[in-house]
Amino acid sequence: MGTDTATMKSVLAQTSGQFSTFFVADLFFGVDVLRVQEVLRFQQMTRVPQAPDVIEGLINLRGQIVTAIDMRRRLRLPPRAGGQTPMNMVVRTEDGAVSLLVDEIGDVLDVDAATYERPPENLDPAARDLIRGVYKLKDRLLLVLDAERTVDLAAGRAV
Amino acid sequence: MQDQDVIREFLVESHENLSRLDQELVELEKHPKDAELLASIFRTIHTIKGTCGFLAFSTLERITHQAESLLSQLRDGRRELCPSLVSLILDTVDATRKVLASIEASGEEGPDRFEELTERLQVASQSRDGRESRPDPGLTPGSAAEHAESNGSSEHSEDKKRDDDAAKSSAVADANIRVGVGLLDKLMDLVGELVLTRNQILQFNTEREDAALNVTSQRLNLITTELQEGVMKTRMQPIGMVWNKLPRVVRDMAVALGKQIRLEMDGAETELDRTIIEAIKDPLVHLVRNSCDHGVESPEVRVRAGKPPQGRLNLRAYHEGGQVNIEIGDDGAGIDVAQVKQKAIEKGLLRPEQSDKLTDREALNLVFQPGFSTAKTVTNVSGRGVGMDVVKSNIEKIGGVVDVFSRPGEGTTVKLKIPLTLAIIPGLVIMSGGERFVIPQVSLLELIRLEGDSGEKHIERVHGTPVYRRRGSLLPIAYLNQVLGLESAERAEVVSMVVLQAEDRQFGLVVDGINDTQEIVVKPLGKQMKGLTVYAGATIMGDGRVALILDVLGIGQRSGVLAESREQARAAAEQKMQSGIEQQRLLLFRAGSFERLAVPLSLVARLEEFPQSSIEHAGGCQVVQYRNRILPLIPLRAVLESGAADQDQTVDPVQVIVFNDGDRSVGVVVDQILDVAEETVTVRQKTGRKGLLGSAVVGKRVADFLDLNQVIRTAAEDWFQSTGGSANGKRILVAEASAFSRGLIRSGFDMAGYQVLEAANLDEAIRGLEQHPVDVVVTALDLPPSGSSALLTAMRRRTEWQGIPILALADSAEQVRARAGQAAGFQDCQVKFDREAMLGSVARLASTLASSEAAPVCAGEER
Repeated sequence: MGTDTATMKSVLAQTSGQFSTFFVADLFFGVDVLRVQEVLRFQQMTRVPQAPDVIEGLINLRGQIVTAIDMRRRLRLPPRAGGQTPMNMVVRTEDGAVSLLVDEIGDVLDVDAATYERPPENLDPAARDLIRGVYKLKDRLLLVLDAERTVDLAAGRAV
Repeated sequence: MQDQDVIREFLVESHENLSRLDQELVELEKHPKDAELLASIFRTIHTIKGTCGFLAFSTLERITHQAESLLSQLRDGRRELCPSLVSLILDTVDATRKVLASIEASGEEGPDRFEELTERLQVASQSRDGRESRPDPGLTPGSAAEHAESNGSSEHSEDKKRDDDAAKSSAVADANIRVGVGLLDKLMDLVGELVLTRNQILQFNTEREDAALNVTSQRLNLITTELQEGVMKTRMQPIGMVWNKLPRVVRDMAVALGKQIRLEMDGAETELDRTIIEAIKDPLVHLVRNSCDHGVESPEVRVRAGKPPQGRLNLRAYHEGGQVNIEIGDDGAGIDVAQVKQKAIEKGLLRPEQSDKLTDREALNLVFQPGFSTAKTVTNVSGRGVGMDVVKSNIEKIGGVVDVFSRPGEGTTVKLKIPLTLAIIPGLVIMSGGERFVIPQVSLLELIRLEGDSGEKHIERVHGTPVYRRRGSLLPIAYLNQVLGLESAERAEVVSMVVLQAEDRQFGLVVDGINDTQEIVVKPLGKQMKGLTVYAGATIMGDGRVALILDVLGIGQRSGVLAESREQARAAAEQKMQSGIEQQRLLLFRAGSFERLAVPLSLVARLEEFPQSSIEHAGGCQVVQYRNRILPLIPLRAVLESGAADQDQTVDPVQVIVFNDGDRSVGVVVDQILDVAEETVTVRQKTGRKGLLGSAVVGKRVADFLDLNQVIRTAAEDWFQSTGGSANGKRILVAEASAFSRGLIRSGFDMAGYQVLEAANLDEAIRGLEQHPVDVVVTALDLPPSGSSALLTAMRRRTEWQGIPILALADSAEQVRARAGQAAGFQDCQVKFDREAMLGSVARLASTLASSEAAPVCAGEER
């Protein structure tokens, strides 16, 4: 809030080639490491009745009220198994911090730009809008998440 | 990057300088000889010019350079100031602003070289002598140039002396530093967080018995509170920040409209949160322009009306009860109520038959209707039918209130009531579906708790829609659980309901539980939830968890209660208008064969029960000992049914209504107290029967209104005679249209020992005054034919009546408050049936009269 929007924009525009990774169901995602503000364990949350179902609730992040978006529902994946608590991955966006609820946090990875490819055309529409591209790692595929589109709930709706 | 910073700094500084220039130049026009002012203006222009040269903004440098040479001539006394010169310099200021705006947007000075202006400046500064200038305030800048040209000689101005003055900066600037708003907002957030942590530590402290921790946490508590206050203050700004630009606005308007207007500002140091300052800026400018354009008349008109040619515009700001009041007043023609009504009818905002029923105040508020404008001609400044409604909605958006007061021929005052800050508001914490929510206190009217065998029973259904009978009128109800789609709790025995106000409508909201009120910090919700109209934001509670703040209007609309009640409210308002009836609280009781008797509750002091055995007889009267006094009792049955007198009391204990009059009391014995009803009294009929004023329908059944005065006189005349009226036979005139209301008012004064004259309208009132000497006049505000002000005017015209104080009676407390904000000319204003206040006021006014006779001070001047 207090941060100068201009500097914020310039930060958001930068890329480092490093990705913070996380798992949602069996999908392996990455967000540019500069976008990630912090990673938290599951926090107490305040439900927002009548809000879109992808909004899990609001958390108090040191005096700042942050919206938590459930990535499973955002990607139209089946719900987490009972007893499994998600993690908060707080990312910076143009409209302030937003928390993404993911299943598990992975490592920070350096990727080789040469392994980058556009997402496949036949991807589920719910996901296609949010995935910018794919890095073909040795043992698995790393999906690059478009954080701005993810927090813009209007995106991915129009099929 | 470095350069960018320097330029930004330059822009900030220049904008500040320019707003100061506006003000100083207008000031200079009034005091052309003020050397200090001139030096300050010179300095400011000089500074801008210097920085422009440094940053290579050539156009700006050229303009300011020319203005500077002109000013140096003025300063050195080689030329005298005239309005055309001021206009020319103001034009320069405007041009500078334009260039600055362009620099801000694009980093370039923009294509406009302002050649024409430069030339005019050059010509003006080269003209030999300004002393011959015609001091014509209407002179346009263009003609100033011609004028200067006609003087056309070419004595070159001396090289400007770089004065020491230019280097001398003001002391105020030294004591201040500029801080970015972003930083302040961040500090505010951090302090909020600190407060939460503090709360947790205090909580922690109470659970332990540790002296050292105890002391430390107390200190932490103190310091945090002080820090919080300090940081809050940094966001406060004096309202003068907005007012600064008004002298220029008024001056330009006055010149453009050919009027003379003096601007007075009072309370410029009053502080408000900067977000609020920002929000009221435009409405304020609009109101000031409106006053200049429509309020203040042209000099000729003013002189004809016996006023000084120069109009007065008064801005006043002051704190009152956690709010800031801002008044914009003028001494112009006022708003013509008849014209407003006429216009409203033409525009289809009002039906002709409604217009007669409107009070002046209601009529004045029509100007806030969208699409309304009374200006006969549309000028480029105002009168386009947009404006007042926008002002109103903007002020209401930030939780403020707008009111307009006007007196024909004397001026108009617009009053804004504005909250101090938006950031922190009081709110009520409620529970619903296991979640906590906060309701802003401003929308909260009352809390209702329904219990008994089943609280739900109190809620009735009209075609499936839940409603609640709240003091006789139906309140639509919404269930928060249903509105938010939360699982409902078990049907509880106790129903908690909050009564809310959204816009001008009310509804009840049933919640699971009501906690307490708290000061909360409002934080916005993320854009993902923008579409949710039911929330106004979120806040962090003392335990660190987030709670949602409900948007009362949104809740009402979502649940549908508002759409419906809007219709109801309109219907009720129309009904009230049509019948012109008054609403009051009545005590209903039974005595003898009279099953339903009524007196206004405001007359009743207490309801008591006395055992039969305690009744004694003294002087032929029944009395009881009551609070160390002797309370005479009047058996109502005996008075009303003369034949049935002295029957044995069958009821034990005896039911007594105690009426007070100053230090004397009298008890009226009735058979049974029935109810207290807040009722709109409809159909009325006067009866000739002794002891009764008349009949009226109360709660769908007919009730007889007691003529208290007559009852007491009949039964306890001796008692009254012996004690003597406290008012010593002062005579008052009660002017009120409704015979019924008049009777009620009268009975109050009768009991206090006044001689009362009655008048139903203006003519009767004047006749009354002519026939008898009157000490105090009591008049209803809506006295026919044209309101109480006509009576006031008539009385002030006759010298022998000028000293008579007037008490105005309003229908509601709201109306009284509205009156208080206005130089109404009445000595006092009270609510119609508030007996105590009415009597107190009249007693005071009567003694005012006595003292004013001793000293020749006109009582009419007292407010």
